[in-house]
Amino acid sequence: MSDFWILLTGALVASCCGILGVFLVLRKMAMIGDAISHSVMPGIVVAFLLSGSRDSLLMMFAALLCGLLTTFLIQMFQNSGIQSDASIGVVFTALFAIGVVLVSLYARQVHLDQDAILYGEIAYVHWNIWELGGVSMGPKAIWLLGFTLFVIAAVIGLFYKQFKLCAFDPALAAAIGIPVVFFHYLLMGLVSMATVSSFESVGAILVVGLLIIPASTAYLLTDRLGVMIGLSVGAGVASTFLGYGAAVLLDASIAGCMVCAASLLFIAAFLFSPSHGVIVKKLRLRQLT
Amino acid sequence: MSQTKMTAKHNAKMAAPLAIHGLSVAYQKKPVLRNISFEVTEGELVGVIGPNGAGKSTLMKATLGLIPSISGEVLVYGKAYKQQRKLIGYVPQRESVDWDFPTNALDVVLMGRYGHLSWFRRPGAKDKEFALECLNKVGMADYANRQISQLSGGQQQRVFLARALAQDAKLYFMDEPFAGVDAATEKAIITLLQELKLQGKTVIVVHHDLATVQDYFDSVLLLNVELQAYGPTAETFTQEQLQRTYGGRLAFLDRSIQPLSISEGKGE
Amino acid sequence: MQNIWLMLADPNMQWIFLGCTLLGLSSGVIGCFSYLRKQSLMGDTLAHAALPGICIAFMLTGIKSIGLFLIGAGAAGLIATFGIGYITRNSKLKQDAAMGIVLSGFFGFGIVLLTLIQHGSYGNQAGLDKFLFGQAASMIASDVITMTSVCVLLITVCTLLFKQFKLISFDPGFARGIGYPVAFLEQLLMLLIVVAVVAGIQAVGVVLVAALLITPAVSARYWTDRLGLMVVLSGVFGAASGAVGTWISASVSNLPTGPVTVLAATLLFFISILFGPQRGLVAKQLMRNRVKQRFNRESESLAKNSLKKEAAL
Repeated sequence: MSDFWILLTGALVASCCGILGVFLVLRKMAMIGDAISHSVMPGIVVAFLLSGSRDSLLMMFAALLCGLLTTFLIQMFQNSGIQSDASIGVVFTALFAIGVVLVSLYARQVHLDQDAILYGEIAYVHWNIWELGGVSMGPKAIWLLGFTLFVIAAVIGLFYKQFKLCAFDPALAAAIGIPVVFFHYLLMGLVSMATVSSFESVGAILVVGLLIIPASTAYLLTDRLGVMIGLSVGAGVASTFLGYGAAVLLDASIAGCMVCAASLLFIAAFLFSPSHGVIVKKLRLRQLT
Repeated sequence: MSQTKMTAKHNAKMAAPLAIHGLSVAYQKKPVLRNISFEVTEGELVGVIGPNGAGKSTLMKATLGLIPSISGEVLVYGKAYKQQRKLIGYVPQRESVDWDFPTNALDVVLMGRYGHLSWFRRPGAKDKEFALECLNKVGMADYANRQISQLSGGQQQRVFLARALAQDAKLYFMDEPFAGVDAATEKAIITLLQELKLQGKTVIVVHHDLATVQDYFDSVLLLNVELQAYGPTAETFTQEQLQRTYGGRLAFLDRSIQPLSISEGKGE
Repeated sequence: MQNIWLMLADPNMQWIFLGCTLLGLSSGVIGCFSYLRKQSLMGDTLAHAALPGICIAFMLTGIKSIGLFLIGAGAAGLIATFGIGYITRNSKLKQDAAMGIVLSGFFGFGIVLLTLIQHGSYGNQAGLDKFLFGQAASMIASDVITMTSVCVLLITVCTLLFKQFKLISFDPGFARGIGYPVAFLEQLLMLLIVVAVVAGIQAVGVVLVAALLITPAVSARYWTDRLGLMVVLSGVFGAASGAVGTWISASVSNLPTGPVTVLAATLLFFISILFGPQRGLVAKQLMRNRVKQRFNRESESLAKNSLKKEAAL
């Protein structure tokens, strides 16, 4: 039974990240996704210190605030003339440092393990059961992730055309009256939510792998946005399954193996994608000559 | 001036497709546009001309509210721009978007319909039909399902024009639509501009090729940070005005204006 | 908090303090060039990519030494930069996505290796996990000596090749035109960044070492428009952060050096962004007000003039 819960958790994480990753990759904000996944750390720690629980709505809220703060600061520094990647670097390292200092200072008093935040504890998700009136409702993480996935799917589904136009041509989007800035922050808010509800399972650092790698894989496989989202989720879910299998065999970090599996799938797509693969392109050139 | 005359004049002003009063834009220290005021007459093709860095694209972007202005007022058919968005079509510079985006030509044209759809509505069958019609008008119907990165530069430009048509606007802004396009596309754009004019629509085009100005536009707006001249092409597009606008860059100008002086000679 | 002089009375601490200060200095200097070459996040990518290199070096030899780790991390860093270049050249993926893929892929692989080491029988593995956040106090004398000499080497190379690095940061095409071996210099600079990152990992940690390259350089940019002065200032900011980081983390138990150093650097950054002359937010706001006032005055006088003309008519 524990395998089932682990795989289901992994699949939910991959779905949340897969959908959002597509928009991050298309808007060339992959590294902002990386930054957010680091800088939700102080939010997580503060919420944990306040509530004593790892999967509370308070934690979601605190991480959301941190994610939006990150986005805001990066934007502000960029506007004041700092190169975009330098402002990303300054902001996320500062917030992450605050998080680590807080953990180090208070880790003894509360049970919050650095390793758990960094690598996640997907192997233990089934231990933390949500009980409602004495009835077991299944692992808490599943409910939290399910809720996050529902929010992400609903928001992206409702505003699909706005997100699409903001990603493709923000100038036109602004000209026809779509609040581009609002959608920018909305997307970043969703990324923060996905990060915080995934961190328990795969760890804060490796969320970025599941955000960016499957989406990039999908980008190389299709020319349609809708299909790209589907493929991205598919590649993410496949990576979690393969990664879990490998982790059991090797007795190694599950989250690490999942990201490695995602990387292998990416390499496969990079080489053999029917439309964009390196090897396929080479073969086609040879046929021409 | 009597009261009635004042209101009459005011009403006439209200009807102008685009009226700009005292528009100024500054980046950091440097003013990019200074105190620009002009009014565009309905049904005209207006060329915006000026040297590099004169603020041509900035004028367009500030008019559309894409960048903040430090002073001034922009009225579209007598009302603030924000209330009139549906009356406006916009063709940005081709380089402003990533053509690797996973989408096809028809889908890009459909984006032109987004402004007319409510927040949650998806484009429907009618919108698709209209978008196809617009693609047809620019001679790109055969490429509807083509991935946009596989289109040539000129074809991409035509897709952008089709998208502006799909916006079904009365006032169009086009930022350098002729930049780096092939002859077929250039011809297609001209035909389209003439057709829009016949339908009584107003088109404002940022243009860089001085040699073709007289053939393409009814009016020209000469810009170099400040408004240098604005009026019917025949009266405004003169050697003297151009010298004023281009100033020290005359050496470069002399070469590019060669065809112009020849055609002027013929005319006289 | 422990008195700084008391701390420095301990000879072991003297070395560590000196090492971290020098580390901050050299990272600050090199960070300037990577900032100007718009490659700030490259340091971050290289630091993450270094993890599997370090793990493999440890697994092969079973020894914990900075020298070996430098080789492992350097090799991994080179593969990573090559990977990023290869992906951006051969697919429609852009630089940011390529960096994200390489960074997280390598790091994930590193974490797998790290857990393998922890679960396996690799003998003296205690302290390898300290690499994630850095613990300067855990360094032994030989580590500190290696680190110090590496830093001195970095600063020397940067001083000697200052004008070359300056030109390839500003205008690589022109540099090629006057016969500089640009590809070689670029590789060299990348290698120096890798070296700075690896030297910094033990003190600051994999996750945060990038901040030592980025934050002091960005802060220095706020105070000057001259590269020479910027490099010096950035070095000074880096050194100050390193010194403060070591001092505070040594006096509070269980506090890793890395985050404290980064926070010290961030504090300097905030001071710079607020109060830097010309570019600082305060100076900018003042200037904006002046421009607006001047503008209003000018348009007023213009309006008056035209009124006068009308009156004259």
